Amino acid sequence: MVVKQISIFVENKEGRIKKAIDTLAKENINIRALSIADTTKYGILRLIVSDNEKAIKALEKDGFIVKENDVLIVAVPDEPNGLNSTLAIFENQDINLEYLYAFVSSKTDEAIVVMRLENMEKAIEVLENSNAKLLDSEDIKEI
Amino acid sequence: MYWDEKAECMSKEEKEKIQLERLQKTVKLAYENVEFYKKRFDEIGLKPEDIKTLKDIEKIPFTTKSDLREAYPLGLLAVPREEIVEVHASSGTTGKPTVTAYTQNDLDIWGECIARGLKMAGAEKKYIIQNAYGYGLFTGGFGIHHGGNKMGAITIPISAGNTKRQLDTMVDFQSDILTCTPSYAMYLGESREKAGIPLEDINLKAGIHGAEMWTDEMRKRIEASLGIKTFNIYGLTEVMGPGVAQECEYQNGMHIQDDQFYPEIINSETGETLDYGEKGELVLTSLTKTGMPILRFRTKDLTSLIADKCECGRTTVRMTRITGRSDDMLKIKGVMVFPSQIEKALLKIKGISPNYMIHVTRPDILDEVEVKVEASKELFSDEMKEMEKVEKQIQASIRSETGIRVDVTLCEPESLPRSEGKAVRVIDERNL
Repeated sequence: MVVKQISIFVENKEGRIKKAIDTLAKENINIRALSIADTTKYGILRLIVSDNEKAIKALEKDGFIVKENDVLIVAVPDEPNGLNSTLAIFENQDINLEYLYAFVSSKTDEAIVVMRLENMEKAIEVLENSNAKLLDSEDIKEI
Repeated sequence: MYWDEKAECMSKEEKEKIQLERLQKTVKLAYENVEFYKKRFDEIGLKPEDIKTLKDIEKIPFTTKSDLREAYPLGLLAVPREEIVEVHASSGTTGKPTVTAYTQNDLDIWGECIARGLKMAGAEKKYIIQNAYGYGLFTGGFGIHHGGNKMGAITIPISAGNTKRQLDTMVDFQSDILTCTPSYAMYLGESREKAGIPLEDINLKAGIHGAEMWTDEMRKRIEASLGIKTFNIYGLTEVMGPGVAQECEYQNGMHIQDDQFYPEIINSETGETLDYGEKGELVLTSLTKTGMPILRFRTKDLTSLIADKCECGRTTVRMTRITGRSDDMLKIKGVMVFPSQIEKALLKIKGISPNYMIHVTRPDILDEVEVKVEASKELFSDEMKEMEKVEKQIQASIRSETGIRVDVTLCEPESLPRSEGKAVRVIDERNL
């Protein structure tokens, strides 16, 4: 049920993010979701894209450091408190959230939440038991 | 296995006898023909005849880089100008360039010293030397070239730069020996990996690297990335150029060609001569050069001397790896720091590329140091806390090596400048 996300190291220098995005665009790679974690010196660009293999190859060729790792993607009701109802599932389960980012799909009425948790296996189990709507790589293509 | 067994393996007594004879001859030549030396000697009432033993060399005043600058361009010749056949000059990165002039005899000596070093690196007449030191006023390119000619090897004067052509040449000519600065060797190694050229496709056996400081960690990386054994070479324009000293296959100190150059170690603050094994500034006196003899030149390079016979059988005095220059030492927050210490600290961390930049500033009254390091796939993580951990680890490693706290900045790979000659690692913007 995990989805592969790619992360890119970007120096805090003019035009670096644009350069990364340009590289993907040239290869006709679609960005499904994006977030940036930043410090004053550098940022970590996290992306869910249509073709990881192609994206990594193109980015590395252009000199970027890229890593692929697992994240969970959950569809939550696009309404007040929608996200909290999902986060509540982890309460008292000793599962820490490393980071999350969310976006709204134009094709469904749900908000899509990308999460990275400390204990991914346990998180999947808990989410499944609570009937949360976990999305896989196939589902992502539809949104 | 020796280029000149007699010169390289002679006994201490023989060596000292030759050194004294040659020293007396050089002192006389300098005193009688170079206004600068005559004036210096006369000021303290010293006569060439006063040099009766090797120990008497300590009576001779030091020559410094600024003395050479003042004599720019050809003020220190000991022979008529028409006897000079070649000149070289230092890069002038720390001021006006200093010039060295060579007679044909001096070029022969230079070639001889380099040939001894090539032999130490295993070279034979049939070898192909890919000489990627810069050709020009810089002594690196021509120095190695003269040595290659002396040996009768094939020397490819490819000079520094044009990395693709360097790699193509390595593959097409099957070069046996690479000669260039260590930072360029490192870059060539990285580029080979990047270009996907397998080690089996190149035939390099040895690398002779010098002209800038490097560490053992850097040596390991060059050796692995090019599949070679590396030999540290030492020299300086003011004295001759590369070839004053070089390592043999035991990589345990550089053999100084001490029948041609007389080495001393001094305390750089008091000028007092130190014993073997003690660390201080290297001082060199040429024993055979005639175009521009040099007496007691202060190199500013910090090292120590080893007098014992080497396992290779050579009896020439060895100098340990240069750990710094008395003038590239940085005083940060009152602490002495050498760039080589920072390099050592960085290379202890897995996944770090040895390309770094030290930036020293003083925004207010306190010094601040920023060390820029290139990030790599191994160091990178999608989680901020992991990235912070890496920075802290680098910081701790530098702190334990130097005692100072620095600010660490991770940069994108290959974003720091690569140099084809001497790498510039320090930018000091303090107005001291």
